[in-house]
Amino acid sequence: MATSTKPERTTGGADAAELHLRYLRQMLLMRVFEEKAGEAYSLGKIGGFCHLYIGQEAVAVGSIAALRPDDYITTAYRDHGQALARGMTARAVMAELFGKATGCSKGKGGSMHLFDAGLGFLGGHGIVGSHIPIAAGAAFAIKYRGGDQVSVCYFGEAAANIGAFHETLNMASLWDLPAVFICENNGYGMGTAVARASAVKNLSVRGNAYDMPAETVDGQDVLVVREAMDRAVARARTESKPTLLEIRTYRFVGHSMSDAAHGTYRSKDEVEEYRRRDPIKVLAEQMRAAGSLDDARWSALEAEVKAEVDDAYTFAEESPDPDPSELFTDVYAPEQGR
Amino acid sequence: MATITYRDALNQALREELQHDDRVFLMGEEVAEYDGAYKVSRGLLKEFGPKRIVDTPIAELGFAGIGVGAAMVGLRPVIEMMTWNFALLAIDQIVNAAAKMRYMSGGQFGVPIVFRGPGGAALQLAAQHSQAFESWYAHIPGLKVVTPATPADAKGLLKSAIRDDDPVVFLEGEMLYNNKGEVPDGEHLVPIGSAEIKRPGTDVTLICHSKTVAVCLKAADQLAELGVQAEVVDLRTIRPLDTGTILGSVTRTNRCVVVEEGWPFAGVGAQIVDLIQRDAFDALDAPIIRVTGADVPMPYNRQLEKSSKPDAGKVVDAAKQVLYMVGS
Amino acid sequence: MATKIVMEALSPTMEEGRVIEWKKQEGDAVAIGDVLAEVETDKAVMELVARSAGTLLKHLVAAGATVPVSAPMGWIGQAGESVDGGSPPAKASTVNGERSTGTAAPPEAKPAPASAPSAPSQPSSRPAVQPPAPPPAEPAGRVKASPLARKIAGERGLDLGAVAGSGPEGRIVKRDLDQVRGERSEVRGAAPLTSHVSPLTAFTDTPLTQIRKTIAKRLAQSIGPIPTFYLTSQVDMERVAEARESLNTAAGDRGKVSFNDIILKAVATALQQHPECNAWWQDDHIRYWHTVDIGMAVAIEDGLITPVIRGAQAKSLREIATESRDLATRARERKLKPEEYTGSTFSVSNLGMFDIEHFTAIINPPEAGILAVGSIAQVPAVVNGQIQVRRQMRMTMSCDHRVIDGATGAKFMQTLSLLLENPLALVW
Repeated sequence: MATSTKPERTTGGADAAELHLRYLRQMLLMRVFEEKAGEAYSLGKIGGFCHLYIGQEAVAVGSIAALRPDDYITTAYRDHGQALARGMTARAVMAELFGKATGCSKGKGGSMHLFDAGLGFLGGHGIVGSHIPIAAGAAFAIKYRGGDQVSVCYFGEAAANIGAFHETLNMASLWDLPAVFICENNGYGMGTAVARASAVKNLSVRGNAYDMPAETVDGQDVLVVREAMDRAVARARTESKPTLLEIRTYRFVGHSMSDAAHGTYRSKDEVEEYRRRDPIKVLAEQMRAAGSLDDARWSALEAEVKAEVDDAYTFAEESPDPDPSELFTDVYAPEQGR
Repeated sequence: MATITYRDALNQALREELQHDDRVFLMGEEVAEYDGAYKVSRGLLKEFGPKRIVDTPIAELGFAGIGVGAAMVGLRPVIEMMTWNFALLAIDQIVNAAAKMRYMSGGQFGVPIVFRGPGGAALQLAAQHSQAFESWYAHIPGLKVVTPATPADAKGLLKSAIRDDDPVVFLEGEMLYNNKGEVPDGEHLVPIGSAEIKRPGTDVTLICHSKTVAVCLKAADQLAELGVQAEVVDLRTIRPLDTGTILGSVTRTNRCVVVEEGWPFAGVGAQIVDLIQRDAFDALDAPIIRVTGADVPMPYNRQLEKSSKPDAGKVVDAAKQVLYMVGS
Repeated sequence: MATKIVMEALSPTMEEGRVIEWKKQEGDAVAIGDVLAEVETDKAVMELVARSAGTLLKHLVAAGATVPVSAPMGWIGQAGESVDGGSPPAKASTVNGERSTGTAAPPEAKPAPASAPSAPSQPSSRPAVQPPAPPPAEPAGRVKASPLARKIAGERGLDLGAVAGSGPEGRIVKRDLDQVRGERSEVRGAAPLTSHVSPLTAFTDTPLTQIRKTIAKRLAQSIGPIPTFYLTSQVDMERVAEARESLNTAAGDRGKVSFNDIILKAVATALQQHPECNAWWQDDHIRYWHTVDIGMAVAIEDGLITPVIRGAQAKSLREIATESRDLATRARERKLKPEEYTGSTFSVSNLGMFDIEHFTAIINPPEAGILAVGSIAQVPAVVNGQIQVRRQMRMTMSCDHRVIDGATGAKFMQTLSLLLENPLALVW
């Protein structure tokens, strides 16, 4: 059953202010980081594919805020945001983008394959929809062991058309797996608008096909996202049942670095329109209204975040490339040879 | 020593590993309540319950991926493909996910999973149900590929595969399930990556795996009547290949025939021929000859199907060629 | 484990050998390198040596037998070891090749192509095994051998060029060097030829010796496919005769020079100046040799052999004389090694001693030319407008028109005539 969420905000309270500040800082960090990454890519320091999360920050921040450290996260290739929101350092992520030995995947994964076993971050996957059953597998393991963790899966709305999505949601619902499937609907699968790719525009309707609870959520408001996620996580933790969250968001930049922000499949006006609902601006305005943010604090935050990202950039630049012998490591488990 | 079928050997292996390690579970179509499409998992649901013996919908890609995810967080799944023909639907999970996860994550996430099921042809199952794909998987770094021919090897290798921390592609054979053979009592493990000389000989090396092992043993008997002692090398594992046993045998006999059920182009045999010509060149008294399945989709008609498969006569002819024997 | 003694190819063109005499008898001790038997090849009498040590357990063929190359002849092993168990009998021809009068069948001919095996029914299989092909005619050609055979040959110091290969397209394989145990001999003899006997006429059938067979085969190869033309010159040999007399008087006991030696030297010099005649036809190219290796035909008891004087263009007359005498002597004694009678770049045949005025010789392929030298006789000739008696000689060059054109050959003959008529030019 799909419901639209009515925004309910916690207003006032020092705890809330602290929480919102944390959200703001995280989103700002992601924003500045992604912009810096875009710059690094243009300078040739990052190669291959680079998919930026700019405009979608509230989705990762709001949803991950609802999780515990022992929960699992799996996402697709637009993974920098989730990685940072989960707690991977800017240094580790930037170094991985630069392909250095100090990267979270030792330089052997790159932008699309960020992993962190300690943080339960199961990647970082390149094939559209391929990671959705993997997330369900983690949920299966949770249930198998009788735990109460949750496995969260992020994917774009275009992935909701691929076989793996359907096979997985069917089994997750059939077997009552403790999972949350988050469909980040940014309106476009690469250059194809959702209306041209999907028979249903309202993707949360797909929950019906699998008897799975589903919601459509405004993804530009981090507090709204947080609330929706709390409901889904509770359902998973306490009832061991999955939820499909269709979170409506927007990316302000192209699909990847090879794609223009506008002019091909999106008009400038459209992009400008959405920029007015920049999630950072949305939260900042809420905080100003609540009195928990002023210019000084904002500037300090900006400076802090900028320093952190600059530091990560320098760290990545100065880090060494992997040793040539690393070409042959990690193909097979170490103690068994070969 | 007990004489049991290949099927029962696999069943024993599964049972023992399920008992041995709580993290092991079996998942696939019809594995639980149906006792397995080929009855390999007979009795397991009853003994271990539905948590550990899991029936799936027909969704190979989906449940292969679930296996990968479960393995990444520490379980040890055995994912059954009803036949390896259907695994084509799951190949993205086997090749893009399972094989690569350890490497892409810089060593953080291994995938200790076994994908198992019958591969190759049976009888008159026609083009889509008769394919031998071991060379496809052997091509992929990060995977191990195992092809037991006998009940003893089936049991020992399945146990080793389940205990292996890497993803293992385990190819059985519908035509092998009823074959009987002696299996050692007690804990019987066969190491992955080790070939076995099933019949020692001095005059020519016959290299084979899976169903072609019986074919080569029969050919060896026929060759013995002609005064030729053939050595039959059962690869048992395709990847990693036991290069030492292969090269050692050819160095002793100086001539070699490589036999496989699969298609010729870029088949397993092509890799073996490359190995031998490169590393045992001076030992060769003749070029190496391959006997393979015919380079065609499998036909339905019984005679046509028979003519497409390797048989003892073809192996004997090939052996004679490398022995420079003319006439009968 | 006992090892087989096999008939080895003791010359490059040898396809079978006739056992003249066993030098080791059954029960004798044998060391590696010991002479086992004397074998008559197509060219000479050669020694077959032991490749393994032990006791000679068994002769599989008797003296006088003709044995194809690679066929088994006997066993060497441990005293008391039993042999011939398990392996099917070799189908080598073992019929005595003795001469006889009256009706007699010639011995089994050389191995006929073996019956083709059934080919494996795989589309990707190789073609059926070829019958043993005749080995390449020239030692300079590439020898096909399996990697293993090369390795063994290298280890044992065997000359692959002297081995006939029984593999496809003449490939030398291990058994050609040392029979693989447990394997059967692959060479089968053809059925013996029957002879037609007329009851009315007396006759004597003589079996073909190796030499006869080889001459027949090789020269028949020549006259058929080679487009040959002939150039004849009459040469005044007075000055050569004078030179020879004075040289031989001066040399005394230190060795005589014959007319033929001078002719050989002149031919070598002329070929240096006309290298287009010092060549081999090689099917898709022509090989022009940079040295002149002259084959001089020598008549021997039952045929003809052509020992080679290598680098004749650089040798002095005395060297040529010494060498030719030595080669001819050893040729008649059948003691030439294969490398001494193969690989000539041009041949000379001299029937002058039989008073033959003129004849045309048959080219030895792949050479492009051969010179036939007739007798030196006193004939009337016109010199300075006057009739004189002069010693003159006719020589005829047979030329392979694929390599040598009319004018080319003629120019060579002209130079040769010039040299012979002005022998001092030989030291020019």
